[in-house]
Amino acid sequence: MLPLIAINALVVLGPSLLAVYYSFTDWNGIGTAKWIGLHNYIELAGDAEFRNALWHNILWTIFFLVVPMAMGLFGAYALTRIRRFRLLFRVAYFLPYIVASVITAAIWENLLSPDVGIGEVLHLNFLGSQTLALPTVAFVNNWAWWGFLVVVFLAAMQGVNPNLYEAAALDGAGPFRQFWSITLPSIQPTFMFLGLMTIIWSFLSFDYVYVLTQGGPAGATDVLSTLLYREAFASLRAGYASAVGMVMALISGVVVAAYLVIRKRKDWAV
Amino acid sequence: MTTTPTDSPPAGAARGRGAARPHPVTGRVSSLTYVLLCALLLFALGPLVLFAFSSLKTQSELATSPLSFPTSLRWSNFATAWEQANMGAGLLNSLIVVVGTVAGVCVIAGCAAYAMARLDLPGSGTFITYLLVSSSLPTQMFLVPLFYLWTKLNLYDSLFGLIVIYWGLFSPFATLLLRSFMITIPREFEEAARMDGAGELRVLFQVVLPNALPGFLTIALVTALSAYNEFLIAVTFIQDSSLLPVSTTFFTFQQGFTQDYTLIGAAGMIMVLPMLLLFLALQRRFIEGVSSSGLGGA
Repeated sequence: MLPLIAINALVVLGPSLLAVYYSFTDWNGIGTAKWIGLHNYIELAGDAEFRNALWHNILWTIFFLVVPMAMGLFGAYALTRIRRFRLLFRVAYFLPYIVASVITAAIWENLLSPDVGIGEVLHLNFLGSQTLALPTVAFVNNWAWWGFLVVVFLAAMQGVNPNLYEAAALDGAGPFRQFWSITLPSIQPTFMFLGLMTIIWSFLSFDYVYVLTQGGPAGATDVLSTLLYREAFASLRAGYASAVGMVMALISGVVVAAYLVIRKRKDWAV
Repeated sequence: MTTTPTDSPPAGAARGRGAARPHPVTGRVSSLTYVLLCALLLFALGPLVLFAFSSLKTQSELATSPLSFPTSLRWSNFATAWEQANMGAGLLNSLIVVVGTVAGVCVIAGCAAYAMARLDLPGSGTFITYLLVSSSLPTQMFLVPLFYLWTKLNLYDSLFGLIVIYWGLFSPFATLLLRSFMITIPREFEEAARMDGAGELRVLFQVVLPNALPGFLTIALVTALSAYNEFLIAVTFIQDSSLLPVSTTFFTFQQGFTQDYTLIGAAGMIMVLPMLLLFLALQRRFIEGVSSSGLGGA
């Protein structure tokens, strides 16, 4: 157990505690850090870039709670109701998930390109437009994501007692009714877990924004993680960036705590 | 019950190896279901297929008929991309990183999981919660201090430094997964070996490890996939162009001077193919491992 604790302390715990400390300083990453109390946090509260990024994270969270969840639930439920090709569909849906984020980004950059892709046909510059850029990046991220949800939901749905469906069918319940009254309640722990994880990951999301737009055009896709990255490594404001990191940690902390409480109360094994 | 590896047995055992088990009442399946499933199939695979096509076309063919099958397969794109994007060096660096990460994570997680599954240590419930929390902690939160710490320790811009970070990031989850696997192995096996006079080391190497092998294979696959595809840490901690792993090698090429989508396609295919083949060969174990995680990041 010792190696695990040591490596965790070095890579995760130690730097995390340092980050807490630095968030109260004016550290630039190289020189000495001067304690400035809550100054970074006060500045954050009035920072328009920060609020802009936070707002995008909220929109991003809503998108990921709705679109991939719906696709994942539908895909998984439909797969439980077919007899043939279930494994084939499952593998195919999962495939985009194993493709690296940089490749996924390139695939869609080519496809949507305003020069040779869909963008040319529709006369739209998806990634260059103030209004379209954020939904486009979320869409690309979702392409690589929803198949994972299908697989996890499918695993949960296959654990549902088949007798329940049989009884419901005898009572005349159709597929939709069965989904609402049997499937969804039965997979509630998985559903909640993925919902809460979706919130956490939505606030951490980095790769696709960084690769596709770097937060642009003009901040239209800026999220907390890209803001943090810029403050830390371009503006060399490590202290301020740490404060942004603290806000992100706080949000996921609240979500994890909520999850642990719910799990305990409902006695879930998840 | 298969989303996190806390106390549940490994996914495979619980689900009967994902055997097709249709509901007895499915009855008529509307053809609409199949149509919708096929539409989703097209959505998932279409972009990949077009990307593969584009890697084998000439630039002008891509411009005039982007959706069609390439008329003549231009394999030379792959040679050009290999050379221009420096994919060979990228793949080699990634191979080093993946092997180093997987080996380290197996040792670290193996020791910890064995201890947690067998020694009945006090406070192990709290420790499990800590591991759960620490594997869902935002990397960005400690990225900045980690970066400057690594600079100080001379681990910045070194493949070993990258590997050590991956050990830290991937081992908590691997430990949880492996532990949930190990507690399903009956203790009687080990006790029987001890009765026969086997020492602790022999018990470990001849009884525990062979039985836990499928669990190790699963965490190795999940870890390999994560390390191979990882981007944020790689782009932050490796600057030297001769040390870039394949994800940032590809990124540099794509962001660079080239506007040639056929070469980007070829370089992308070079990066995707090894993982794709590994996945198709071992897809069931892959899917079990990754889906039992509930982790993986959006």
